[in-house]
Amino acid sequence: MLSYIDKIKEISKRLLKEGQVDMVIGFRKGTLPMMNEPHFARSPEAVEHFVWDSNCGINLCNYLTSRTEKIGILAKGCDSRNIVTHIIENKIKRDQIVIIGVPCKGMIDRRKISAMFAGEIGEVIEDDNTITVKGKGFEKTIDKKDVLQQNCALCIHRNPVIHDEMVADAIEEQTDVDRYTDVREIEALSPQEKATYFEKLLEPCIRCYACRNACPLCYCPTCFTDESRPQWVGKGQDLTDVSTFHFLRAYHCAGRCTDCGACERSCPVGINMRVFTKKLEKDCLELFGWEAGLDPDVRPPLDTYKPGDPDDFIK
Amino acid sequence: MKIVQIDKEDWENGIKKLFEVYRLFAPVKEADFHNFKQIEAGQLPDLSCLNTRLSPKSIIYPQSEVMFKYSLDENEEDHHILKEVDKDYSPQAVIGIRPCDAKAFELVRLNFDSPDYKDPYWLNAYEATTLVGLACESPCSSCFCTTAGCGPYHAEALDLLLIDNGDQYWAKVISAKGEAFLAAAGWTVAVEEQTALKEIEVKKRAAEDKISAFVKTDKLREIETNDLYTAAFWEEVSFSCINCGTCTYVCPTCWCFDIQDENRGNRGCRMRNWDSCMYPLFTLHGSGHNPRGTQLHRVRQRFMHKLKYFVDKYDAGIQCVGCGRCIRLCPVNIDIRRVCGYMNSHVASADTCEV
Repeated sequence: MLSYIDKIKEISKRLLKEGQVDMVIGFRKGTLPMMNEPHFARSPEAVEHFVWDSNCGINLCNYLTSRTEKIGILAKGCDSRNIVTHIIENKIKRDQIVIIGVPCKGMIDRRKISAMFAGEIGEVIEDDNTITVKGKGFEKTIDKKDVLQQNCALCIHRNPVIHDEMVADAIEEQTDVDRYTDVREIEALSPQEKATYFEKLLEPCIRCYACRNACPLCYCPTCFTDESRPQWVGKGQDLTDVSTFHFLRAYHCAGRCTDCGACERSCPVGINMRVFTKKLEKDCLELFGWEAGLDPDVRPPLDTYKPGDPDDFIK
Repeated sequence: MKIVQIDKEDWENGIKKLFEVYRLFAPVKEADFHNFKQIEAGQLPDLSCLNTRLSPKSIIYPQSEVMFKYSLDENEEDHHILKEVDKDYSPQAVIGIRPCDAKAFELVRLNFDSPDYKDPYWLNAYEATTLVGLACESPCSSCFCTTAGCGPYHAEALDLLLIDNGDQYWAKVISAKGEAFLAAAGWTVAVEEQTALKEIEVKKRAAEDKISAFVKTDKLREIETNDLYTAAFWEEVSFSCINCGTCTYVCPTCWCFDIQDENRGNRGCRMRNWDSCMYPLFTLHGSGHNPRGTQLHRVRQRFMHKLKYFVDKYDAGIQCVGCGRCIRLCPVNIDIRRVCGYMNSHVASADTCEV
């Protein structure tokens, strides 16, 4: 994956030089280990700041919403699926974007890695399959596949599903993963156990809305949590309000979520709110045979009605 | 300045006694990180942490605080009358607070305790609090306290500064509150001051030398506000921002709040909750107009407030203590050190500046 950067720069420069796009959206090197920052280049020279490694987990589709320029955008598998969803939902026009596909073997989980060491991590060096973590008094080399973000470890769409350019040949997709072990464990709990589980899960929430704002799907001009006339949700730390925010946000993502992991990745207090969206993803798969963001020409299940629907209540 | 020696053997016993006088708050490990929590008898402060994930500001300024209660039942005599709620302003102590986080209370005080306005909730809680700091021997690489008006041994904002000295702590007494805290714990063995102070000075310098990140703030005051406001770099700075409230909520110096009434049946309360200048709703007018209608407006506001408006208004440095939390926790790695560099080196009509 590290070798992609030359090709990324080459394509980006060409698109800018030829005037095919006004800007390219990618990443620049972060100021902390295991962090990169979404960044744009409006000139071929600015492309030199671009980087690509296993710290590009932020979903760049989030930066496309309602933009008016012609844009080149780097897209991993998940990003590309969100771009498809954006096209379906009219948040960007297909002919407005040049999708630079990036086959992805997964992004590393910086929280998980940090938790493995008592001291502060000073440097993380990466090669194709391993990362070496260095800090005061410790150095350890770890297999990347052991420290991937959970959504990446379970990913079955690593290659972009839609692209105009590719920075490398497609890689092999994972076929032997069970995506829903954790969801089934929660499904098996009693209602009371579930309530306790959710309560504990959401207890650290500080309502910063990083999960919502990192999500490409959450583009409502005014989120229901921010509505003030009427106000649907209280603003305090009452668990009912905190839970309402998380549950409703998840439902708004039903049939749309690509499990890109942006929400969990962005949470400052380490909440895995993906358990909610994954449950809905599983339901959509089981009930409608649906996976989000695979084809811009197919309407999503919550947007369609079929007379032959097997459920009685809808007829 | 009095310095008391606390043998680590006596630590647990002293803490036990302190429970009789104070509500104690201290770093506690939760899941993968530390936070300040009220500790219960039998629990000890976990002083091993680098720093807590969230700042301790909520101990004095809770994220959500009920101020009044009222009844909407017109059969009751006092319906629709706001009534103060009972508050617990009994003595509390924060053990293991970092000098940077303590300094933050001084900055926040400028807002909550001004000649024009005194915030009773903040002030009462602050007065009830004894700040027992722990000198910082292992600053993070993203800490830049020494150029943000404090430092790993900065004692001025504390009541007591603990310095780890092997088998013992040295407790440097800063205030009468600090003295009372030591007495309550039964820690009374004073050490010879001059020798200890010299050693502390050496340790202080060693700790300061470990700080590897810096900001320059010397030009912020003289640069014209409008030149900074219209600078071209804001597009680059704000591009990646997702406008979440993480930076403002983890910041020890961010003080903004919003007031809300919440009713349940015919009872209600008036509360205040932290608010964030990163949110569009923060400035939305009743008319529907929003003077900070774009993400760029909001990002600029946060940095301009901390690094320019505050500097100009109070002449007390920047509204930042260099704790580095916003850098470490920003989901997209927006770095206040970089932005401060852009601002401090800004030349009017220049498009970009060196950091």
